[in-house]
Amino acid sequence: MGGSRPGSMIAIIGSLALVGVVSFLLWMGFADSGDFAGHPMTTWVPKSDNASLVHGVYQLIFILAGAVFVGIMALTLIFSLLYRERPGGEARQFHGNSRLEVVWTLIPVLIVVAMAVPTFSTMSVTSKPAPDNALKVVAIGHQWWWEFQYPELGITTANELYLPVNRPVSVALQSSDVIHSFWVPQLSGKIDNVPGHENHLWFTPTEARAEPYLGQCAEFCGLSHANMRFRVFVASTGDFEAWAKSAAGDRTAPTADLAKAGEQQFVASGCVACHTVKGQAGAAGKIGPDLSHFAARTTLASGTLDRTPANIRKWLSNPQAVKPGVLMPNLNLSPEALDKLVAYLDGLK
Amino acid sequence: MATALGAMTHTQEDTGLWSWLTTVDHKRIGAVYTVAGFLFFLLGGFEAVMVRTQLAVPNGTVLDADRYNQFFTMHALTMIFLGVMPMGAGFFNYFIPLHVGARDVAFPRLNALSLWIFLSGGILLNSSFFLGGAPNGGWFGYAPLSSIEYAKSSGMTFYVVGLLVLGLSSLMASLNFAVTIINMRAPGMSMMRLPVFIWMVLVVAFLLILSLPVLTVGLLQLYFDRVWGTSFFSPSTGGDPILWQHIFWIFGHPEVYVLILPSMGIVSEVLPVMSKKPLFGYSAIVFAGAAIGVLGFGVWAHHMFTTGLGPVPQVVFSASTMAIGVPTGIKIFNWLGTMYGGNIRFVTATYFSVGFIALFTIGGISGVMHASPPVDGHHQDSYFVVAHIHYVLFGGAIMGIFSGFYYWFPKMSGRLLDEALGKLNFWTMFVGMNLTFFPMHFLGLAGMPRRIYTYDAGMGWDTWNMVATIGSYILAIGVLVFVVNVIKTMRKEPDAGNDPWGGATLEWAIPSPPPAHNFDVVPEVRDRDPLWYNRDHGIAPTPVPEHNHIHMPPPSYFPLIVALGVLLIAVGALSTLAIVGLGAVVSVYGIWGWALEPTD
Repeated sequence: MGGSRPGSMIAIIGSLALVGVVSFLLWMGFADSGDFAGHPMTTWVPKSDNASLVHGVYQLIFILAGAVFVGIMALTLIFSLLYRERPGGEARQFHGNSRLEVVWTLIPVLIVVAMAVPTFSTMSVTSKPAPDNALKVVAIGHQWWWEFQYPELGITTANELYLPVNRPVSVALQSSDVIHSFWVPQLSGKIDNVPGHENHLWFTPTEARAEPYLGQCAEFCGLSHANMRFRVFVASTGDFEAWAKSAAGDRTAPTADLAKAGEQQFVASGCVACHTVKGQAGAAGKIGPDLSHFAARTTLASGTLDRTPANIRKWLSNPQAVKPGVLMPNLNLSPEALDKLVAYLDGLK
Repeated sequence: MATALGAMTHTQEDTGLWSWLTTVDHKRIGAVYTVAGFLFFLLGGFEAVMVRTQLAVPNGTVLDADRYNQFFTMHALTMIFLGVMPMGAGFFNYFIPLHVGARDVAFPRLNALSLWIFLSGGILLNSSFFLGGAPNGGWFGYAPLSSIEYAKSSGMTFYVVGLLVLGLSSLMASLNFAVTIINMRAPGMSMMRLPVFIWMVLVVAFLLILSLPVLTVGLLQLYFDRVWGTSFFSPSTGGDPILWQHIFWIFGHPEVYVLILPSMGIVSEVLPVMSKKPLFGYSAIVFAGAAIGVLGFGVWAHHMFTTGLGPVPQVVFSASTMAIGVPTGIKIFNWLGTMYGGNIRFVTATYFSVGFIALFTIGGISGVMHASPPVDGHHQDSYFVVAHIHYVLFGGAIMGIFSGFYYWFPKMSGRLLDEALGKLNFWTMFVGMNLTFFPMHFLGLAGMPRRIYTYDAGMGWDTWNMVATIGSYILAIGVLVFVVNVIKTMRKEPDAGNDPWGGATLEWAIPSPPPAHNFDVVPEVRDRDPLWYNRDHGIAPTPVPEHNHIHMPPPSYFPLIVALGVLLIAVGALSTLAIVGLGAVVSVYGIWGWALEPTD
């Protein structure tokens, strides 16, 4: 190509070297972001059957994209150097080349066909209905928290989803207000929670582990969209069954005096109007998260705070400061009332 | 009566504020569009820098959640409707008549009306910042978050009314451009001799003519929902939020091509001239542009792969989206073919055009990647998509527009922009742009969702967010270098001459800046590259006849009056019905005077 121009080999080799180095650095960047260590929401480390299928397509498309990137960048750089203006240089006058144009029409056609075939064959699997033995879960998006129901097990919880390993789970996606989107990158691509329109997705988690799979609402849903996080715990079948038994039951009744006083305060401050605590008379509100087993969860405020007594106190003192726009009002609780409520809530195993 | 109106209208001055307010000269209108568009571009850039500053570190405290949502929403609206489109419209206005060999656009007063309505819409939309809060529901305004129930501030009503006003302006301008291109071509300027830039403008005009009415219907429905309590989109009363998404993206996807095609046209003008050889595969580039325009109407649901469309629509829209990669690929190869074998003069305009090829390619590649619905399950609403759109719209549209600035500024002002500052301008923007937007691919791969005003440490998102923020500052400096360059250039004596680049198209045969009537004699076009053909065949310009009577449309203030009426109607739609009535009266008066105004 253009061998007649002086220094063309240097230009070509130099361009290829530069594009090679840049591509390598970018690849390092992608590889780093694809590493689960340090990137708990990475999209590159699938831990479910369907996510692994999708990952196969993703890898192929990434490689094709990389090849096109290297090719076009190299050509652009080589032509820029090779055909830059030189004294006495002449531009060759031609209007086109039909054969070449047919060839480079076919190149993108072949690339998209290579993408389309595995894409559609993967979709033929992932868009099937969930297997019959799937665990049924309902995930309801609220501004700005997640409600999780297990209709077959009689469990309602919030912001933390427990799943057994190696059993398919069928998630019905609903919304009580605006559009949200359910996304746990390691387990599944996102699907939206659309009000008035139930969506479904299913997957089979393939790895039980102590650390949570992190998820987050992915569709812009208003003021605290950034604070609508959640966690999925994938446990062994035995651990899951133990959790489910406990979660389906009533709360642990308070025994210490302070916690008992907190139970009274929970009524006196009006918390019962919005929150359910199974086993506490009158606490059957449906607006906020079910708190029956609040202390069995690792976080509060939709995954934004670790569940520590200090953080519970911080939340109760001024919910708006933690999650702007949250429906829960600032109750202007006295320090004594806070002490009681923290003691009560932190004992709801 | 008509005579009296005419006497008042016909100002003879050609300087001063009144002459600008009543101008119907496409070059002046183009210049105002360009300057206003650039100022809005700076405003949108300021909003972007604020957004980036908030995200520089985890748990940032520069903007609160509400302010952040207003800023990212207004950043998109400003860049799309008030920055890129008007800067494009500035070039369209200025160069369509010059390129096709006409003395003005087909409807000069309509052209002025488009300008004033655009300015009204831009000011109206931004006034929301001081009147209860700017739109905060994203530029896509998804229902039901945009409903009065979930967006109680007047911001989203400003969004509806502002976009209706701006849409009116774009619709009129598009009709004007399409008619001009089809009907006002000089003798010999057949469709297949049109400059590629003009072809792309024609495609853009039809995209807008066909897509804006759809958006208009959707916006009116949203207005009814918000103000009069109907329930087109509200599920709690039987409406359908997904309907809004279909309506919005049937407009919204063609809109992407509205933003990028003009820059493809600019690059297709700059590269052959600087390479000193004809464009490679003219017909292929034209048909690829038209194909992108047609296919652009059949891909909207790829914005909705995660909404639960079901597998059949997903497959159809996935296939159509992948198909659109083919004409896009053809264009890229043809630009490379244009460079091949050339003797390329690397001035700043060339840098921006070559930069366009590289950066737009990256945006094109990532676009084809999320054409695959399973992959899109990861990309959708993540920073991967933020990277993608900015490679298309900044790496593509904006780099192309800057190439156009450097290429055409000498024609518009008679002065060549400073090349040393130009190269600095290019390299700071190029480096800043890549530092800002490439790391967003990494952030997307690492699972960072879009439109979040805060994030925790420990997600692995800190480093690249900091890099992106630093990149945005470098980018901002790059844009300021351009401002300095323009100011410096305007202070020197005109030095461009008629044709500083050895251009091929008609505008380079006339003085810089061109006279009000553009061409002393309407040129005759014998080839796709008319000036090169005349040069190579020794054809001298047609001599100017001794008594050269040129009829130009007189200035008119009626466009300004109609625009004022439209603005009042819009203000009324945001406040009280009485002002709507007043606006209607003013508009009707303006249209009446317009109709009776003598034209010579």
